[in-house]
Amino acid sequence: MIEIDRISRAFGGLQAVQAVSFTVAEGSITGLIGPNGAGKTTLFNMIAGNLAPDQGRVRLQGEDITDLAPHERFHKGLVRTFQIPHEFSRMTVRENLMIVPAQQSGEYLLRSWLTWWRVVREDRAILEQADEVLDFLEIGHLRDELAGNLSGGQKKLLDLGRTMMTDAKAVLLDEPGAGVNRTLLGKLAEAIERLHQERGYTFCVIEHDMDLIARLCDPVMVMANGALIASGDMASLRDNAEVREAYLGTGVSGQAGGQSNGTA
Amino acid sequence: MVEFIQLLINGILLGSILALGAIGATMIFGVLRFAHFAHGDLMAVGAYFALAVVTIFNLPVLVALPVAMVLTAALAVGIDQVVYRRIRRVQPVILLISSFATALILRSLIQMIWGSSNQVYATGIQMPWRLGPFVLKPDHLLIFAAATGLVVLVHVFLTRSRMGKAMRAMSDNMNLALITGIPANRVIMWTWAIGGALAAAAGVFLGMDTRLHPVMGWTLLLPIFAATILGGIGRPYGAILGGLVIGCAMELSTLVIPGSYKPAVAFAIMVVTLIFRPQGIIKGAA
Repeated sequence: MIEIDRISRAFGGLQAVQAVSFTVAEGSITGLIGPNGAGKTTLFNMIAGNLAPDQGRVRLQGEDITDLAPHERFHKGLVRTFQIPHEFSRMTVRENLMIVPAQQSGEYLLRSWLTWWRVVREDRAILEQADEVLDFLEIGHLRDELAGNLSGGQKKLLDLGRTMMTDAKAVLLDEPGAGVNRTLLGKLAEAIERLHQERGYTFCVIEHDMDLIARLCDPVMVMANGALIASGDMASLRDNAEVREAYLGTGVSGQAGGQSNGTA
Repeated sequence: MVEFIQLLINGILLGSILALGAIGATMIFGVLRFAHFAHGDLMAVGAYFALAVVTIFNLPVLVALPVAMVLTAALAVGIDQVVYRRIRRVQPVILLISSFATALILRSLIQMIWGSSNQVYATGIQMPWRLGPFVLKPDHLLIFAAATGLVVLVHVFLTRSRMGKAMRAMSDNMNLALITGIPANRVIMWTWAIGGALAAAAGVFLGMDTRLHPVMGWTLLLPIFAATILGGIGRPYGAILGGLVIGCAMELSTLVIPGSYKPAVAFAIMVVTLIFRPQGIIKGAA
């Protein structure tokens, strides 16, 4: 689904991502883990088009999308969410979703007057779709609330909802669980699972919550210092010495491992 | 008390004119992130467009109003395409200065075409209505009704239409708007068209209330910016409230200080807002 081919990016002297290649298989929920500063978000930014790679290519379903702008990738079905959720804070939750579908007839001056009934019909369909998405995420009761008033976890759900308003094929989730309370986290995981099963979305998830990763993801990729160091299912990674040293730091490698986990 | 209420009536009238200008200025700021210094002169151009329709076709000014709004909207979109579009990606200060130049160009054009003396839409004396101790010109009621109607139209546009929502989205969170593929260029054109049309309406109403003069818009630019800032930059509803507050404050100030200090009152409110509540008077985050 998403192929990343020897992609690199440096910031000044820091090589944030170094010749990383991997494939997110169609229909998978691929996890991406690693200590802070491993280059996970930089990699996401390059896949989503928010950041241009120094080298390497990104392909979506075989098509080279390296030179496309973020919104062009968005409408090809490659959608991302952010570590810190983004929302239109002074618009209602429902409006936040209704704004997403592109090429609505109401964007055109002549069409919106000459064939106004089509605009109305289209608008009603989008409204129904938005309400369905809100019900799916179980935040229907918040539809008329300003998005700026939502809690962090609810904003993450809204972010996920935005991906459901387009024909998303692959969804990049950047720390969906960060700052989300346990109840909402369960709801979020459930929504991701249902989107995966019912709509066939492919996911790539950055996450620090190992329980969430273990529940959702197979396979899991591990990054450290800008490179991919291991991949596999969660159980095998727990036994991988290199991974433990770089990331899990469960005490086998002693003090050094524990510290790099905290400060890397 | 009688004087107070009379001044309040005048203030609401001035306020609704300011509000129409401020809605456009604040929407342009919200979507394009620059203070449009030519907005006052766009108002004046609108007023003179209406004058042309009135004198050439001998029509009443209310019929000329929509024509002037359409013409000014087209002019605003044209100015954007010719001048601002090319420099959208440079530093905002360059946009600001070029809008200043645009203001001078528009004003000079008015002087070249229509001359620099005072003009009016309709000659002769309009008999004011006397309601007890209060004086109200029929024009005042017309202006207030038309301004209210326009504000309602803007509200419907912003909350109901796809383009209005896209406009709010862009001024709310530019990054997210661009990532989700909101058609930025179309939104920008709509913003100019609506800003221009509202500016024309404000100019025509100002001309109906007083007289037409090439600097009529320029002198109103400061109160309009004050209204914009008071209401919270980029917020159309704040601009309406800000316009009314500034308009009333300017008129009521003549109770205690000479009338020639009216613009200073607007300026003082603007400075105080910037010091104590730069996000504007409407509650919520900036």
